[in-house]
Amino acid sequence: MSEDDRRQFLIQAMTGVSAAWLAASWPQIAAAADNSWGQSDGNWSQFAFFTPAQGAEVEAMAAQIFPTTDTPGAREAQAIIFIDTALTTFAKGQQAVVTAGLTDLNARVTAQGGRSFAALSEAQQVALLTAIQTTPFFRAIRDLTIMGVFAAPQHGGNFNKVGWKLIGFDDALNFHTPFGSYDV
Amino acid sequence: MQKYDPATEVDFVVIGSGAAGGVMARQLSQAGFSVVVLEQGGWGAYGHEQDYSKDELANRFPAPVDRLMSDPSLQRNTFRRSAAEKAAPGGHNYGCVIGGGTVTYGASSWRHLPWEFNEASTFGGMAGTGIADWPISYDELEPYYTMAEWELGIAGERVDTPFMAPMSKPYPLPPQPIKSSGALFKLASAKLGLTVVPNVAAIITQPYKGRGACINCGMCSGYGCQTKARSSSAVALLPDAVATNKCEIRANAYVREISVDRSGKVTGAVYFDKANNNREVFQKAKVVVLSANGTETPRLLLMSKSARFPNGLANSSGVVGKYLMSGNGGGASALFEHPLNEYKGCVTGAAILDYVPNDMKRGFYGGGRMTARGFTSPMEYGLGGVHGAPTWGVAYKKALIEQANRKMVIANFVTQMPIETNCVDLDPEVKDAWGLPAMRITSTSHPNDFKVMEFFRDKAVEILHAAGAKEVWADGINDSRGGAHSRGTCRMGNDPKSSVVNKFHRAHDVPNLFVVDGSSFVTGGRNHPTMTISALAFRAAEHLAAAAKTGNVKI
Repeated sequence: MSEDDRRQFLIQAMTGVSAAWLAASWPQIAAAADNSWGQSDGNWSQFAFFTPAQGAEVEAMAAQIFPTTDTPGAREAQAIIFIDTALTTFAKGQQAVVTAGLTDLNARVTAQGGRSFAALSEAQQVALLTAIQTTPFFRAIRDLTIMGVFAAPQHGGNFNKVGWKLIGFDDALNFHTPFGSYDV
Repeated sequence: MQKYDPATEVDFVVIGSGAAGGVMARQLSQAGFSVVVLEQGGWGAYGHEQDYSKDELANRFPAPVDRLMSDPSLQRNTFRRSAAEKAAPGGHNYGCVIGGGTVTYGASSWRHLPWEFNEASTFGGMAGTGIADWPISYDELEPYYTMAEWELGIAGERVDTPFMAPMSKPYPLPPQPIKSSGALFKLASAKLGLTVVPNVAAIITQPYKGRGACINCGMCSGYGCQTKARSSSAVALLPDAVATNKCEIRANAYVREISVDRSGKVTGAVYFDKANNNREVFQKAKVVVLSANGTETPRLLLMSKSARFPNGLANSSGVVGKYLMSGNGGGASALFEHPLNEYKGCVTGAAILDYVPNDMKRGFYGGGRMTARGFTSPMEYGLGGVHGAPTWGVAYKKALIEQANRKMVIANFVTQMPIETNCVDLDPEVKDAWGLPAMRITSTSHPNDFKVMEFFRDKAVEILHAAGAKEVWADGINDSRGGAHSRGTCRMGNDPKSSVVNKFHRAHDVPNLFVVDGSSFVTGGRNHPTMTISALAFRAAEHLAAAAKTGNVKI
C-alpha cells in the first residue's frame, strides 16, 4: 500500500461507521473528552444515550465482538462508555441505526424465547451476531467497539490502556534504538 | 507578518504552500519581491507545532479547523476507470493546510535517477503511452537537488551504487536508524545479493537550522510533527519567507479562478475567503505562480476559462489535466517470530534498490523502490489489520494480538506510464461545497504497469521468505485512484503543442503564469515525487527571480 492508501485505509475500512458522519460531527468529541467517564464505577445508569437496558445489550455485544479471554476484552476496556459517548457526540448520526438495530435484536431474541441478548448463552449470542454481522447496525457497533478498545483513553474506552497493552503498543511517543527484536 | 491590500498589485501570487509553493514563496521573497501566498487549507499548528495532536481518533477525524488533509465530502471529487463510465464519488485527497502535503507526508526524499529524465530516448517509447523525455537533464537539476536537500534538511546516506542518483554533495544529516524491518531486509538481501540502504527522508536526525531532531515518536505519516523534525514547508521554508517582511501568507484562501486581461496576461487570482463567509477576494499580481498540486493545479486552470482561453487557461495544447500519474503500489506482508515494534520511529524504513533500473528482460518497462515498514497505529490496525481471521470474536482477537508487533510490510513505489486518457478534468454534474465543478479523475494503468506491480509484489513475497518469515501473504496490487502523489498533468516540454509549460515552468500560452509542482513532471520516476518537486521549484524560483530582475518577466 502506498502512504496515501494507508492514510485512506481507515476511511475505507469504516464503511459501517462511515467516515462522513464522524467527520461531520467531530467537534463535539473534544467536549465529550472533557466529561469522559475515564474512571467509571461501572454504574451504567449514567448512560448519555442508551437506556440501562439498551446499554446492557450493547455491552454484551461488545463483549462478544472483542471478548474477554485469558486477556482483557472490550468489557475491561470499558468500550461501552466510548460507544455511548460516541453516539451522543461525534457519532450522533448513527443513533437511528443503533436504535432500530436494538429493536430488531430484541425481536430476534424474543423469537427464540430469550429474555434479553445479554441473558442468552455465549453460543446463542455468537450465533445471533453471526446472523446479523452484515447489517449496518452490527458494523456500527463492531467498529465503535474496536475504536473503544484502541482509541486513546480520554475518549472513554481503552481503560487503563488495556487495548494498547494487548497489542504491545507503548504510547511514550519518544523512543530510542533498538526498537524491536531484529535491530539490536 | 507583512500584509498587503488585495487591490495593491504584488509582484507574485503563489497559489499553494506545499513542497513547491513553499520554495517559491521563500526564494522569491528573499530575492526582494512582494509575495502573497494563497493556501486553501487552514493554519494547522503553524508556529506552535508542539500542539499537533498525536491522538489517533482526533487526528483521523479532525474538527474542520484542525484538518491537515482535504475532505472529500467538501473538496468533492469523482472517479472512473475510463471515459465510458459515469464517474462515482471518489476519495481522492491531499495535504490541505499551510505547508500542504509536506506537513503530514511520509517524507521520503529520493532523487530521480539521471536516466529518468530521458526514458523515451534511452529505452524507447511504448504504444498507448505518452512517455517522453523531459526538457531538462539530470545534470541541469542536480545543483537544485543539492540546494533543496541542504535548505530543507534531508537525512540519508550517499551510497555509491548505480541504483541511486549521483550526488555532488552528501546529505546534510545522517539517516534514520535501521528499524527491525530494515534489519530483516538486510538478512534477506545477504542471501539474495540485494542492496539495502536507509530511507532518505526529510526528517532531521540531528538539530538543524534551529529545529530539533526526530524523537522517533512513531505517530508520523499522517500526523503533524510536534518537534519540527519533519522538514515541511511550514517549518523549513515559510518562516524564512515571512521573515523577509515581503511575504504574506493567507490561509483559508480557496482560489476559484486565475484572472486574465484582454491581452491574455494573468492579472491575479480570485479566491473565497473561507474564514469570512466565503467572501470573494481578488488579489492583484504581476505574476501568478501556480503550485496547487498535481490535481488541483490542472483543475484550477480548467476552471479559469475566458473568452481568450475557452478550453481553460494555458491549455491551447489541450494537455492540461492529461497524463495523470497518481501512484501505483502493492506489496506483501509477513509475520516474524519476534516483535518488530515498527510503530516506533518514522513510518518508512529501509529500502531495497536493486529493481530501480529498467530491465526489459523482466518482461515489462519500469522499476521501483521497495520500502520496509510494519505495524500501523492501534485503532487503524484494530479496525482492519488482521490477516486470515474473522472481523470480530475470539479468533479475531487472538490473531490481532498475535500479529500486532510481528508484522512487516513491504510497500513498493513503482513506475507508472503517462497515458493521455488518464486525466483530471471537471465533473459535468457534481459540484464541490463551494459550488465549483468537482474534480473528476479518470485513470486505468497501462497493462505494462500491472506487470510492474505484479513483479514487485512477487519480489516482496520472495524477500520476506528469505528474511525468515513464519507466514507471508501477498497484499495484492493497487491501480491508482488519485492521491497525494499525483503528477504529470501540466507536463513541461519544448513544444507548446504537446506540453503546458516550458523548461522554466512558464506557461507556453501565458507569459506571466508559472506552473510549478508535481504537474510539471513528464514521466513519473519511481513515484516518491517530493524531492524532485522541491528541486524543480528551487530551479524555477532562481530562474524566475533572475528573469524578473532583468525584465524578462515584467515586474
